[in-house]
Amino acid sequence: MTAGDQALLDVSNLGIRLDTSRGPAQAVREVSFALRRGETLGIVGESGCGKSITALALLGLLPDSAVVSGNIRLDGRELVGLAEADYCTLRGNRISMIFQEPMTALNPMHTIGHQVAEPLLRHTGCSATEAKRQAIALLDRVGLPDPARRYDAYPHQFSGGQRQRITIAMALACKPDVLIADEPTTALDVTIQRQILDLIADLVAEQGMAMILISHDLGVIAENVQRMIVMYGGTVVESGTTDAVFSRMGHPYTQGLFRARPRLGARKGTRLATIAGTVPELADLPAGCPFADRCNLVVDACRTALPPVAEIGAGHAVRCIRTDVALTRDPVGVIA
Amino acid sequence: MHRGLKLWNVRPPKFGAPARMSVFLLRRCLTLLATLVGASLIIFLVLDALPGNAAQMLMGADASPDAVRALTVKLGLDQPLALRYLHWLRGLVVGDLGNSYAYGTPVAELIRERLAMTIPLAILAMLLTTVLALAAGIYTAAHHNRLGDVGVMSLTQIGIALPNFWFAILLILLFAVKLQWLSAGGFPGWEDGIWPGLRSLLLPAVALAVVQAAILARVTRSAVLDVLREDFVRTARAKGLTKREVLWQHVLRNAMIPVLTVMGLQFANLLAGTIVIENVFYLPGLGRLIFQSIANRDLIVVRNCVMLLAGMVIIVNFVVDVLYAVIDPRIKVHEL
Repeated sequence: MTAGDQALLDVSNLGIRLDTSRGPAQAVREVSFALRRGETLGIVGESGCGKSITALALLGLLPDSAVVSGNIRLDGRELVGLAEADYCTLRGNRISMIFQEPMTALNPMHTIGHQVAEPLLRHTGCSATEAKRQAIALLDRVGLPDPARRYDAYPHQFSGGQRQRITIAMALACKPDVLIADEPTTALDVTIQRQILDLIADLVAEQGMAMILISHDLGVIAENVQRMIVMYGGTVVESGTTDAVFSRMGHPYTQGLFRARPRLGARKGTRLATIAGTVPELADLPAGCPFADRCNLVVDACRTALPPVAEIGAGHAVRCIRTDVALTRDPVGVIA
Repeated sequence: MHRGLKLWNVRPPKFGAPARMSVFLLRRCLTLLATLVGASLIIFLVLDALPGNAAQMLMGADASPDAVRALTVKLGLDQPLALRYLHWLRGLVVGDLGNSYAYGTPVAELIRERLAMTIPLAILAMLLTTVLALAAGIYTAAHHNRLGDVGVMSLTQIGIALPNFWFAILLILLFAVKLQWLSAGGFPGWEDGIWPGLRSLLLPAVALAVVQAAILARVTRSAVLDVLREDFVRTARAKGLTKREVLWQHVLRNAMIPVLTVMGLQFANLLAGTIVIENVFYLPGLGRLIFQSIANRDLIVVRNCVMLLAGMVIIVNFVVDVLYAVIDPRIKVHEL
């Protein structure tokens, strides 16, 4: 056990180069964050901003052609360049992941019981009987009705919400230190989303895990994590405690994202605000600020180099050279 | 780790209740019978509609009409169509198929002799095909786009392009003429034990298997590659399974459905479509018997051989259908 103040997971200057159909692309650059034991971190951003790639890098599951630079340290142990065999002992054991699509994340040919017991058999060396007993307890804990009887059922016999409960049981089987939840509720009915998020929050608190929650939904982030980072174009544009970021959004992109959220009770006929333009393709990310082309505060200096990270509050940092202007305009009535 | 080599790391799938499985088998057997009766009817009618009188054919063009009429009566060809059909059906059930017009020997005996060679040859060729194709297909999929993949796939391209009779002649030149390990043709039967028979079937089986294996290897490769792209493969990796374990425990079983379909077709083809290879190796197979009987207008032999082949194809399909249900729990037994 490390001391509480030392980072459990320390990511610094992470860069990921991918081979795309349009040639090599720097999908992620200069991403840094740290996560303490028991802490929850949200990663928010549009599709294609690099959040899922970052998560896969933490698990060492990027395609073989990907080139990773920088450092990922788990309890001080470097994971970048870690031998595959060593990584296999960490995955599902100390770092686990819940994926976005519960309908396809389970093997249709294996019983759900076997799939939940698999990480236990793999990492804990317990007997098959013991693994089954624990798997049933896990399935019970995640709220699957009648787990002992349904142990030998197959994924197609369950609903989407139930399958997501099963994948959660699978991810938590070995009581990991870090849980990565990549859009865990995006594919689910709205009515189920809250149940699943509450379940994850309860389990994280219960087991004292650290969690990284990836979402494109600011509401989900606001309610579920202590700290957050906002990603755009493969880099972190804003980071800080959730309270700090929501009370004082320093990056024009964060502000735009916030303005663009749909709201209940909005006057009928009000158009949903949008951020003009589209996310740049990974293969043509500009040298400067990736948001420059869509930003209404842009100046020439924004396009010359990636802006440095500037602190605008305690632990609240923004990668923008126009933050001072952005902060004064707060126009949004940001606190709703 | 040898755990990784186990093909199915799960119990065979259970059906809702054992009773469901037997109901399924019963229903499937009834359909099988109905199909066989339908096939027999079509075969009987089509062959009866062929022009030419078998009695006339047997006795030659200048036989006296009286003699021809006498033979017609003796062969039972003067009886009504329905009666002859029922008589034939009864014969099929009790195994009395009548005598060949050309040879005068019982048809059942003729066919049994040929099957003693054709079925072992088909099984041997199918075994070789399966072993070669699965090994090549799985290897190339696991080494997708690497040197081994490109090399083996080029070989399969050549294998598909090879005419099998030409390849058979090359095999004879090498193993029979030059090295003198095996005989160039002929079939000694099984009276002297299994080995002499197997030895004489080895070269023909290889000649047949090469083309089939090339096709099946490509099917296997693309099936495995398709499954490797599925989400649940990433889930299994995130649990800490190695690539090899994921391939053997999660991917292969999912990839087996298309492979099994092609294997069924190939086996049916090996039972009936080997006449060229039988000729190259002077083998007394079913294909040559059918060919000779057609040339002789020995319709009673043709009819029974065609019925036999239809029956074997129907049975192979039945077995494939049952295997689908055994492999894939989503295939509901009562829907087949």
